[in-house]
Amino acid sequence: MSRIEGVLKSLKGQGRKALIPYITAGDPHPDQTVDLMHTLVDAGADIIELGVPFSDPMADGPVIQQACERALRHGTSLRQVLGMVKTFRETDDKTPIVLMGYLNPMEAMGQEKFADAAVDAGVDGILTVDLPPEEADEVAPLFTARNLDAIFLLAPTTTDDRIRAISEHSSGYVYYVSFKGVTGAGKIDVDEVAAKVAHIHELTALPVAVGFGIRDAATASAVGRVSDGVIVGSVLVDTIARNQADPDQLKRALSDLLHPMREALDSLAS
Amino acid sequence: MKLTEEMLKALPDARGHFGAYGGRFVSETLFDSLLTLEREYKRLKDDPEFQAEFDRDLAHYVGRPSPLYFAERLTRETGGAQIWLKREDLNHTGAHKVNNTIGQALLARFLGKKRVIAETGAGQHGVATATVCARLGLECHVFMGEEDIKRQSPNVYRMKLLGAVVHSVSSGTRTLKDAMNDAMRDWVANVDDTFYIIGTVAGPHPYPLLVRDFQSVIGRETRAQCLDRTGKLPDALVACVGGGSNAIGMFYPFLTDESVELYGVEAGGLGIESGQHAAPLSAGRPGVLHGNRTYLMEDENGQIAGTHSVSAGLDYPGVGPEHSWLKDIGRAHYVSVTDDEALDGFRKLTRVEGIMPALETAHAVAYAIKLAATMDKDKIVVINISGRGDKDMQTIAEIDGIEV
Repeated sequence: MSRIEGVLKSLKGQGRKALIPYITAGDPHPDQTVDLMHTLVDAGADIIELGVPFSDPMADGPVIQQACERALRHGTSLRQVLGMVKTFRETDDKTPIVLMGYLNPMEAMGQEKFADAAVDAGVDGILTVDLPPEEADEVAPLFTARNLDAIFLLAPTTTDDRIRAISEHSSGYVYYVSFKGVTGAGKIDVDEVAAKVAHIHELTALPVAVGFGIRDAATASAVGRVSDGVIVGSVLVDTIARNQADPDQLKRALSDLLHPMREALDSLAS
Repeated sequence: MKLTEEMLKALPDARGHFGAYGGRFVSETLFDSLLTLEREYKRLKDDPEFQAEFDRDLAHYVGRPSPLYFAERLTRETGGAQIWLKREDLNHTGAHKVNNTIGQALLARFLGKKRVIAETGAGQHGVATATVCARLGLECHVFMGEEDIKRQSPNVYRMKLLGAVVHSVSSGTRTLKDAMNDAMRDWVANVDDTFYIIGTVAGPHPYPLLVRDFQSVIGRETRAQCLDRTGKLPDALVACVGGGSNAIGMFYPFLTDESVELYGVEAGGLGIESGQHAAPLSAGRPGVLHGNRTYLMEDENGQIAGTHSVSAGLDYPGVGPEHSWLKDIGRAHYVSVTDDEALDGFRKLTRVEGIMPALETAHAVAYAIKLAATMDKDKIVVINISGRGDKDMQTIAEIDGIEV
């Protein structure tokens, strides 16, 4: 059983929902990332999605674009991001880490080399935004052979046939993108999400985590009610941007944001 | 490798691959739209009504066929092969881009989409898109890098006059690649009612296929005109390559004609060795950007590199996947000329033939002159004059230190 599967099974056993924060590695500075990851865990994170910065993040809105630019200004490379995970693992061997990013930096390293380095660093899952299962036939076996979970996206536009096919290629969980748009944009329609997630649950046994549009305890609670977990990204990254000048204040601000979401999710537990 | 019609028909394959290149590397939200577009295009491609309307528009709205002109004086001054010019600059809107926007706008109408988006570098594709949208009554949004808006201001104003909304893109390098990022972001958010008219043979499948098909009219005409006028096929074709739509349109109908050498000319900027260029086929390596696997300019960590070219339309770090394939199998040669050489080419054609090419096109002109000089007088070189240079007056004047 992978670390991701273990955590999600255990939560389910307790009737609890997963809280999955996203931050971009290297933002605001590479030296702060490991510390921020621990902060997220202390504030209630069950899994961390760690963004690998890319020069052309086509699926992201301005907030995460700017986070990528900040990280890249400090030269944050995929190799360095893996180093951060390795350092994080020295004091936390429980919290699963999912690397989230775009294909090109992984290809530039070499897929096999990347898969080896990811396992060595203690990464648990890989989510490549611009890699649909149709194009993953070379890389997927590399992940499977190393017990790395391949996490794919489902969207409001995904047809039933594709939901089934994508789920077959996925392990750990599937990531449901709650609305049509880039990260940090739009307003989530909870009823629509509830209907679609219920439908996805009919088509796959995998846990369904929902991202895009979750920004506070209320949205976390509303979406947590109908899914297995919530992914929180842009609102955290925006908090990083606004508090980048003061590292201690930044940690407090992230914690203050995440805590109420944790409590709201846990109050759903039956 | 000797290419046959059968081999060409099999490409791209069902997943949109040209050998190792192409594909559909997009986020999930867009996937179903791409499948629908592919399905509908395959149906309409063989639909006589669709084809008749496309051909009619090319004839009566664009003004096709464009002439194949013998550049007698340039040939004499060069002192080598005969130089012929395929005059895409004489098309309505002044460039080859309109061939493709006519085709894609028809697709948009058949698919019932009311809103159109496009990215543009030099502004030629933006103008061509705004033009067809005005004619068909479609809402038009054009994404253009802040940097390009500055250097191609006449085209920005043209688009606005045509009723398009021009969105200034200030992220990343503020050029064509970032305009394409923002167009993709808009498309994800408005996928239900929006048709994305991509201007070049790059992007996710089926775009490289359908843009190539719409642009192939250039090569088909050239082939027939050359046979008609000279009794034989050309010996060499020369076209500039940014994303590569005018080049593929020119090359494609000649791919199985082994005797015809194909030259794609990339932007060498300040020189390949300077690193300040936009020549992924000459100096890049394969990677994934904007929905397809292709040659890219990137750093050792897989971050897309900044590019430089005097011409906004070539200032792009990637290239169409079919060109990557043609490079690898050795069917086409990819070369580069510098900013300075391109400017010389611009001046030469302007002064010797009275034809002012776009700065993009001037790259092809510069290389073709060098090439023709090495060839016998009975040989034929055809340059694709992909666009006219009016839009570049300001850039040229600035280089000359003149205020216009």
